[in-house]
Amino acid sequence: MGPIKREEHGLAPWEQRVNAISSALSAKGLRRVDEGRRAMEDMDPALYQTLGYYHRWVVGMETLLVEKGVLTKEEIDRVAGQIPTRR
Amino acid sequence: MPAKFQPGDNVRVREDYSPRHIRTPGYIQGKVGSVHAVRGPFKNPESLAYGGDGLPAVYLYQVRFPQREVWEGYKGGPKDIVLVDIFEHWLEVPNG
Amino acid sequence: MAEHDHDHDHGNGQPHAGMEPPDDGAAAYYEKRAAAIEKLLIEKGVLAPEDIRRQIETMDSKTPEGGAKVVAKAWADPEYKALLFKDARAALAQLDIDYGEMNVLVAVENTPVVHNVVVCTLCSCYPRPLLGLPPDWYKSLEYRSRTVVDPRGVLKEFGLDVSPDVEVRVHDSSADIRYLVIPERPAGTEGWSEEHLAELVTRDSMIGVTRALEPIAT
Repeated sequence: MGPIKREEHGLAPWEQRVNAISSALSAKGLRRVDEGRRAMEDMDPALYQTLGYYHRWVVGMETLLVEKGVLTKEEIDRVAGQIPTRR
Repeated sequence: MPAKFQPGDNVRVREDYSPRHIRTPGYIQGKVGSVHAVRGPFKNPESLAYGGDGLPAVYLYQVRFPQREVWEGYKGGPKDIVLVDIFEHWLEVPNG
Repeated sequence: MAEHDHDHDHGNGQPHAGMEPPDDGAAAYYEKRAAAIEKLLIEKGVLAPEDIRRQIETMDSKTPEGGAKVVAKAWADPEYKALLFKDARAALAQLDIDYGEMNVLVAVENTPVVHNVVVCTLCSCYPRPLLGLPPDWYKSLEYRSRTVVDPRGVLKEFGLDVSPDVEVRVHDSSADIRYLVIPERPAGTEGWSEEHLAELVTRDSMIGVTRALEPIAT
C-alpha cells in the first residue's frame, strides 16, 4: 500500500445525488445500511479495488435495487443508454 | 440476557473466513485481546445485510489488542494498541 | 478487511451489477447509471425529487464546525466534558446538534500519554452527523489498511511525530460506534472563549491524524 493521497475534492453534483438517493432510500426503509454495504462488497474484488468511492456506491445501489425487484438491469441499461455523454 | 463478557475479560476472536458479509475484520480474527468497553445490544448486521430483522440483538464489545501481538514485526511503540468493535458471537474464552 | 473467495452463489443467478465498464471512461459510465437509477426511481414513484433535495440539504448542513464547538466546550467546561464521555448524544443536543438515531457516538481524549486515531478498515464509517462528510483520504484503501498496521507511519505523513512512550490507540469503527477524538488543548489558551477555542479545532484533529492548531504567537 502506498502513500495516502491528501488531495480532497468537494463532492461533484452527481456524487452528492448518489449519496442523497442512498440516504433517501434508507429513510424510506428500502435500504438498510448493512444491506447496502453487503451489496457493495458482493462485487468482483478486483473491481472493488479499482473503482472510485462513489462508483462503488452506484454498483452497490444497483445490485440492491435489482435484488429487491425495485428496478431491473435492463431498464437501467436502457435509460442509461439514452443519457448523452457530457462534453 | 446479560452481556457475556465484562471489561478486563480476556477474549479470543473466532476465525471464520466463509464468504459472507461480516463486521469482524480479517486481521483480528484468531487474536486474543481484552474487553475495553461493553456496548449494545445492537441488531445483528449479518442478519440485516441479507434482509433479516437483526434479532435477537447482540452485545457489542470494544476489545483492545497489543499491536505487537497483532502484527508480526510491528514497528511502533511498545504500548500501542488497536481497538476493534466486535459482536459477542465472535468472541470466546481463550484456551489455557 | 474481510478476505473471501468470490465463488459464492447469488440468490437469483443475476450477474453482478455494473461489471467492467466500457473503456471510454468509467466515470461517465457510472454517472450515467446513477442518473438512470434516479430517473427510474422518480418515474416509478419510489422517491420524490423532494426526498433527494432534503437529503442534500441535510448533508450540506453538517460540517466539522459542529465538532469543533463540542471540543471547545469540552476544553473549557469540565462538567460538559464529563457529560460528553457519559452520553455524547445528550452533550451534542445541548449545543443543538442532532446526532440522529443510527449510531452511538463515543468521545475519546488525547493526553500527553495517549494518542487516539480513528479508522474504518471495512468501509468508511465516520461521525457524519457531527463532522459532515469524510475526506477522500479517510475513505481510501491506503488509509483504511495502513492505519491499523502502521499508525505512526500514517501520522508521520500527516506531519505528526509521536514519541515511542506515548500509547497510540487505533480505533477501528467496525460496527455501530462512531468515535470523536478530543485533541489535546494547546498551551497558551487559558481563559479563551469557546468561540476562539473552536477556531483551533480542525477536522483532522478530531479524526486524530493531527493535533489542534497552535495559537499564533503575537
